Amino acid sequence: MASAIRKEGVSSGRVDMDTAQANFSDLHPSYDAHEALVAADRCYFCHDAPCITACPTSIDIPLFIRQIATGTPEAAAETILEQNILGGMCARVCPTETLCEEACVREAAEGKPVEIGRLQRHATDTLMSKDIHPFQRKSLTGRKIAVVGAGPSGLACAHRLAMHGHDVVIFEARSKGGGLNEFGIAAYKTTNDFAQRELDWLLQIGGIEIRYGHALGNSITLEQLRADYDAVFLGMGLAGVNALSLEGEDKENVEDAVAFIAELRQAQDVTALPVGRRVVIIGGGMTAIDAAVQSKLLGAEEVTVVYRRAQDAMPASGYEQDLAQKKGVRIVCNAAPVGIEGNGSLTGVTFAYTETVDGKLVTTDDTFTLPADQLFKAIGQTLAGAPADVVLEGGKIAVDGLGQTSVKGVWAGGDCASGGDDLTVTAVAEGRDAAENIHATLMGA
Amino acid sequence: MADLTTTFCGITSPNPFWLASAPPTDKEYNVRRAFDAGWGGAVWKTLGMEGPPVVNVNGPRYGAIWGADRRLLGLNNIELITDRPLQVNLDEMTRVKRDYPDRALVASVMVPCEEAAWKEILPRIAETGCDGFELNFGCPHGMAERGMGSAVGQVPEYIEMVTRWCKEATGLPVIVKLTPNVTNILGPAQAAKDGGADAVSLINTINSITSVNLDDMSPEPMIDGKGTHGGYCGPAVKPIALNMVAEIARNPGTLGLPISGIGGITTWRDAAEFMALGAGNVQVCTAAMTYGFKVVQELISGLEQWMDEKGHSAVSDIVGRAVPNVTDWQYLNLNHVTKARIDQDLCIKCGRCFAACEDTSHQAISMSPDRVFEVKDDECVACNLCVNVCPVENCITMETLQPGHIDERTGKVVEEHAADWTTHPNNPSAAAAE
Ligand SMILES: Cc1cc2nc3c(=O)[nH]c(=O)nc-3n(C[C@H](O)[C@H](O)[C@H](O)COP(=O)(O)OP(=O)(O)OC[C@H]3O[C@@H](n4cnc5c(N)ncnc54)[C@H](O)[C@@H]3O)c2cc1C
Ligand SMILES: Cc1cc2nc3c(=O)[nH]c(=O)nc-3n(C[C@H](O)[C@H](O)[C@H](O)COP(=O)(O)O)c2cc1C
Ligand code: SF4
Ligand code: SF4
Ligand code: SF4
Repeated sequence: MASAIRKEGVSSGRVDMDTAQANFSDLHPSYDAHEALVAADRCYFCHDAPCITACPTSIDIPLFIRQIATGTPEAAAETILEQNILGGMCARVCPTETLCEEACVREAAEGKPVEIGRLQRHATDTLMSKDIHPFQRKSLTGRKIAVVGAGPSGLACAHRLAMHGHDVVIFEARSKGGGLNEFGIAAYKTTNDFAQRELDWLLQIGGIEIRYGHALGNSITLEQLRADYDAVFLGMGLAGVNALSLEGEDKENVEDAVAFIAELRQAQDVTALPVGRRVVIIGGGMTAIDAAVQSKLLGAEEVTVVYRRAQDAMPASGYEQDLAQKKGVRIVCNAAPVGIEGNGSLTGVTFAYTETVDGKLVTTDDTFTLPADQLFKAIGQTLAGAPADVVLEGGKIAVDGLGQTSVKGVWAGGDCASGGDDLTVTAVAEGRDAAENIHATLMGA
Repeated sequence: MADLTTTFCGITSPNPFWLASAPPTDKEYNVRRAFDAGWGGAVWKTLGMEGPPVVNVNGPRYGAIWGADRRLLGLNNIELITDRPLQVNLDEMTRVKRDYPDRALVASVMVPCEEAAWKEILPRIAETGCDGFELNFGCPHGMAERGMGSAVGQVPEYIEMVTRWCKEATGLPVIVKLTPNVTNILGPAQAAKDGGADAVSLINTINSITSVNLDDMSPEPMIDGKGTHGGYCGPAVKPIALNMVAEIARNPGTLGLPISGIGGITTWRDAAEFMALGAGNVQVCTAAMTYGFKVVQELISGLEQWMDEKGHSAVSDIVGRAVPNVTDWQYLNLNHVTKARIDQDLCIKCGRCFAACEDTSHQAISMSPDRVFEVKDDECVACNLCVNVCPVENCITMETLQPGHIDERTGKVVEEHAADWTTHPNNPSAAAAE
């Protein structure tokens, strides 16, 4: 395939099917039963464990690990899922190195934390492989709640509401549920159509209807929802993307990284997906890293991530950066794009080195040009289509500690809402907590 | 370099490590390879009466307890004595002893509790050239139901009687192997001595059920839906064996009776501990069954290194060294006051010490919101539990309060002189303190 790899321009088929399959296989394969016992035995069952505090959904980690160690992974799964209904996905995608595993006392002691994420996956996979849904609905309340968006926050909110006996209708703009679990997360973190399997499993609770192809702002309005439902939860994520504001941004092969990733996630055959020989990614977060790694896995020869600040300021975790570098991605820091090159088609991107002056990032006159036949923008997503009457804060829907927006009867959570990191697990926590507050509000009244 | 040559009740072997009577010593093929690997001696798998051989079960005969990575911690068996014809064993023993004259070869024997039976078989076995006998009064299953093994070992009068018969029947050393399935090991040990035994060896296996099959509701190992108690051995039994050895070593009546220490010996350190508590040599079974004969190389190199480091040149230098320090509770110094000390640099903030102390009636460890754990001297009773639950070695240590210091828990000044329960004012039968 050497010739395919060196083919100029943006082209498909740079790797053969076998290579593609190997490249996009599970990043952290699941434990076998004995490995899980050995890994579980490393947990000290800490008192008031710091890992629990570090988990945004506060899973009782020492308890579930002990349940694995004593041969009851199904009970362990229940411990996980009662706090985090998407515990299966979180086990695959959480940056554990900056969450629970960073706080694990064994990380402090020996730089080798208990592998909480993989243990969590072992438990949830065991339960889900038996197709057991361990929760039941309480007696029906007759209340109806509208949820906007079938991403992690919307699903967590809907499930908790359904458990409390409420009926839920989810309005989802796309034709498929799961949000970024389905369209965003790197392919090698969630293999075998896991996002859809988890969604189907979650819906077994009953009482949740998803209406696909219904976008708030198009076919429905917030007024309508408020009138027809007892409460509304907004979990619409960040549907917009930031622009570079450079001339030439409309050139062919200058693309949004999230769109590229979504296309990849939906591809039946990834080898059919075109990718450049020389790919440049602008950004420093998880999206930039994922786009870079997956370009490399598709067979791009040279892949460079360019970030405007120093490496230690990169939002992507050290683990993610290492992963990218191991896959052959080059990371260039302290450089910002100043020009998109090429008469007609894209030939390169020009960057200026940056400096911090009086706490402000400025570009210097020192520039360089990276040859490129494909450029991905990964400089952040933005809120799009938020209802006009809700108050925003820093570009997101303002919410209080209970998830309530400025509009009575309307809650919000996940990426679209203020506060918290933009992570799957945070979205789940916020959706769940908003559901609890909706429930308290509806039933207390 | 330390010399490991050991003479135990008149039997000399190049090192103190003997294989205990069990499957590893059941045939020539095994014992030859064991001697090639370096074992100092072997007690042949227990021989029984001439006649139709013993029958073993044809289903599983072992049960086990494991650590998380399937490290074998305890083993239980329902095997009987040798199931091979007596003459085959005797011929093999003869050849082995002929080819390995420097190694100890001891014959383990178990025949019915009749004088003629013992007096007939010992001289016949002696013809193999073996160095001595070990009387198996220990086997807790199968043979005991037929009035042998531990059925004899649990009745001191029988032990004394059979031992005396054997001493009358042979001039070779007679070692009596004791069963731990008794309430007080001193009775059987005394009986062996009174019967004229040259030594005792202990422990044989402990009556046990290792686990229950919760699907089929039967003890393991399960044979056609049923199980029975078996004999427990391996690392888990070491503490019980150590105590029994120490009791015999320090008891005035049995003082000086040579002891062959057995039970859970897996490393050189285990062996050194048995010998420090009075064992003149040691026997090993489960460790060899688990890891093979090669473990003896580590036993030898470890014991040698430790003896060199401590300046002991002969095995006899270490035997019984710790015995004078084994005492009764009532003689422990109540004026010796210690307090737990947490090394904050080593602490990884797991909070186990807190949970243990908090829920174990002392509440002597405090926990701050930022997870700093500290010992409250005014509550610490010095129980040492925190030290044992802390996952970091040497993170918590016990500091001895020097005389003159105040124990904040009791408010009393730590005294220089030792004082124990026998003179304590709360003891109704205290001897008046001088
Ligand atoms: C490329 C990429 C990789 C990532 N990798 C990770 C990772 O490895 N680990 C991690 O923890 N996090 C990761 N994240 C972040 C994580 O995916 C998000 O934080 C999480 O999905 C947020 O959930 P959400 O429910 O708030 O929003 P989303 O997942 O974005 O879901 C929002 C849903 O609402 C729908 N919607 C939007 N607008 C409307 C509307 N007007 N009407 C109706 N429906 C609407 C959308 O179609 C979507 O289904 C990644 C993000 C990206 C972009
Ligand atoms: C399978 C098995 C069979 C045994 N058979 C005998 C035996 O025939 N005679 C005997 O005196 N002891 C027998 N024992 C007991 C051992 O000799 C030894 O006393 C006991 O296992 C404790 O030592 P260990 O912890 O090193 O195994 C047997 C032990 C096992 C495991
Ligand atoms: S911090 Fe680590 S060792 Fe402690 S309970 Fe959590 S996972 Fe277990
Ligand atoms: S020694 Fe015992 S009482 Fe003292 S702090 Fe430790 S656990 Fe508590
Ligand atoms: S058990 Fe040890 S490591 Fe854990 S908090 Fe206590 S002193 Fe620190």
